[in-house]
Amino acid sequence: MISRRDFLQVSMAASALYGASGFGNWGRLAAQQRLTQDDLLNFDTFGNVTLIHVTDIHAQMKPIYFREPEINLGVGEARGQMPHITGADFRRAYGIADGSPSHYALTYNDFSALAGTYGRVGGLDRVATVINAIRADRPDALLLDGGDTWHGSYTCYHTEGQDMVNVMNALNPDAMTFHWEFTLGSERVQEIVENLPFAALGQNIFDAEWDEPTDLFPPYKMFERGGTKIAVIGQAFPYMPIANPGWMFPEYSFGIRDERMQEMVDEVRDMGAEVVVVLSHNGFDVDKKMASRVSGIDVILSGHTHDALPEPVLVNETIIVASGSNGKFVSRVDLDVRDGRMMGFKHKLIPIFSDVITPDAQVAALIDEQRAPYINELTEVIGQSESLLYRRGNFNGSWDDLICQALIEEREADIAMSPGVRWGPSILPGQDITREDIWNVTSMTYGKAYRTEMTGEFIHVILEDVADNLFNVDPYYQQGGDMVRIGGMGYRIDINQPQGSRISELTLLKTGERIDPAKNYVVAGWASVNEGTEGPQIWDVVEDYIRKQGTVSVAPNNSVKVVGT
Amino acid sequence: MTFTRRETLAVGGAALAVAALPAKLMASTSDLIAGVTGGAAASADGIELTAPEIAENGNTVPVAVSAPGAVAITMLAGGNPTPGVAKFTFGPGSAEQSASTRIRLAGTQDVIAIAEMADGSFAAVHKTVKVTIGGCGG
Repeated sequence: MISRRDFLQVSMAASALYGASGFGNWGRLAAQQRLTQDDLLNFDTFGNVTLIHVTDIHAQMKPIYFREPEINLGVGEARGQMPHITGADFRRAYGIADGSPSHYALTYNDFSALAGTYGRVGGLDRVATVINAIRADRPDALLLDGGDTWHGSYTCYHTEGQDMVNVMNALNPDAMTFHWEFTLGSERVQEIVENLPFAALGQNIFDAEWDEPTDLFPPYKMFERGGTKIAVIGQAFPYMPIANPGWMFPEYSFGIRDERMQEMVDEVRDMGAEVVVVLSHNGFDVDKKMASRVSGIDVILSGHTHDALPEPVLVNETIIVASGSNGKFVSRVDLDVRDGRMMGFKHKLIPIFSDVITPDAQVAALIDEQRAPYINELTEVIGQSESLLYRRGNFNGSWDDLICQALIEEREADIAMSPGVRWGPSILPGQDITREDIWNVTSMTYGKAYRTEMTGEFIHVILEDVADNLFNVDPYYQQGGDMVRIGGMGYRIDINQPQGSRISELTLLKTGERIDPAKNYVVAGWASVNEGTEGPQIWDVVEDYIRKQGTVSVAPNNSVKVVGT
Repeated sequence: MTFTRRETLAVGGAALAVAALPAKLMASTSDLIAGVTGGAAASADGIELTAPEIAENGNTVPVAVSAPGAVAITMLAGGNPTPGVAKFTFGPGSAEQSASTRIRLAGTQDVIAIAEMADGSFAAVHKTVKVTIGGCGG
């Protein structure tokens, strides 16, 4: 019987081995300008079980640019821990050379210049090639989709997710869990799930009326691969009816439910599972806490917070794998399972460099087939950007600065609010902005842009509430989004204070005056979770604004003063 | 435009957070526990409270409590205008000493359960349930 100490040594040995032979090489190869598909896929097959993880694709079927965050702060025990390290510190932590492909894939610095060198990332036809290559090594590898798949594009919106269902089915996944899928509405979700050719898992998806498990979403599925019994337990996004409009799926209740997770782990172990994998949409810090409270999980495939980590994080004897977003990465995890337990692992986060990986012809044709009915609408050029447009970051991104500017101008508002979602590709300086690009950062089933009046006090309450969803020191109280983006107003935030004391110095930018708690301000925003919100769709507001501008440019945003980092 | 309470709710903010009682007006969790135990110390073991970390709907929050061997379990919502929620009593014939219900919470607060054991000792547990505006999930 292997001891915990031995286990750690085995694990570290596997990591070090991979670090030396796989990841560390990319920098050198790049310096020699010969990054190849073989280099990206190179992997000495290990152990007897292979997991392939994709997550948070957000309906990005085609290659895109995606800038990783500059600011991604952790609080409490997560402070200064992965994934809350960015930029040069991140590169140093993993020994990534400046200017290397890994620098471009995993950090934000010099993004526009490196994008010129290394090109676009993602594309499900390239993802298909990677999956096929892994299956060539290990034919019975499990392909697991962490969710946020059927949301986030023009075609996904107009086909109610069918485009992504068709393309993902061609990749032949073994199981999936969920988040934004539910914003299609429960009827549509049920219709798709009833016909899915793979398992739709969620141990925390409950019937809201009776607070009991559903038949449609079983908690787990047992697989047998190469004589090894593998349990995959699903964990959907816990806070769906809070972070997204619950009225769209009133039949369902979620929550973290880690007591039930423990029961499910015990149940599958009793059924003979030799390795237990949790396919999670918790978010990384929630997964870390869950791994510390639930015993018996070998691997957590983590989604939701869009982190991409070149090595798993170890919590007790559980490894947590973070595989990025928007189709930019595929994780391969090989496990050595013997004597009823995981003895070691080998992992590789494979960045999907679109110009390096050959598209799978069959999936490429299938993607084009989904897009064909809409191709004229998708490709219409609305304007151009002089600036890099990106979204990720805790407090603001230039895409949301532009969206907020559009809301203020088009809706004649004092202040604009844009939700702190983490999906949405980037646009390089000089690039055309097509209608598809606008939809990639705005598409949703509750995208109406409201215009209303709010008191200064109420605006403050909203900021405090959202800040606590991000900076509560207990990860179980975090919802995994970023701070609501604000246009037309500045503020100061001390991330280490409790709710009610973080936000101060609210300032109306156009006058330079402090926000008066008693005064009413005209606020324009979008993505309200409440039923009956009225206004034009946000993508129309943004399109009108960009069309009028012709060429857009976004000045650096210094209106949020952050302390306590 | 005028801004009615109904519209406030439709804007992206349940007004629940606004309605939350200021912390200073809430009786402290330990005071509430002492009020039930008559000042006697309460063990942290022997009682389990299941409640969501964040309420999906503050108007109907499912909670469950279990305390093997208890003769009575009192449940309190520390931040509600009237903290008392329920007192469950268990006779000698009870197969198990557990109960579940749904409660309304005025805002983020501690939900508290105190069990009185057959020997007259107490066990208590509390859990913070957050009531939030939400709406910005990644």
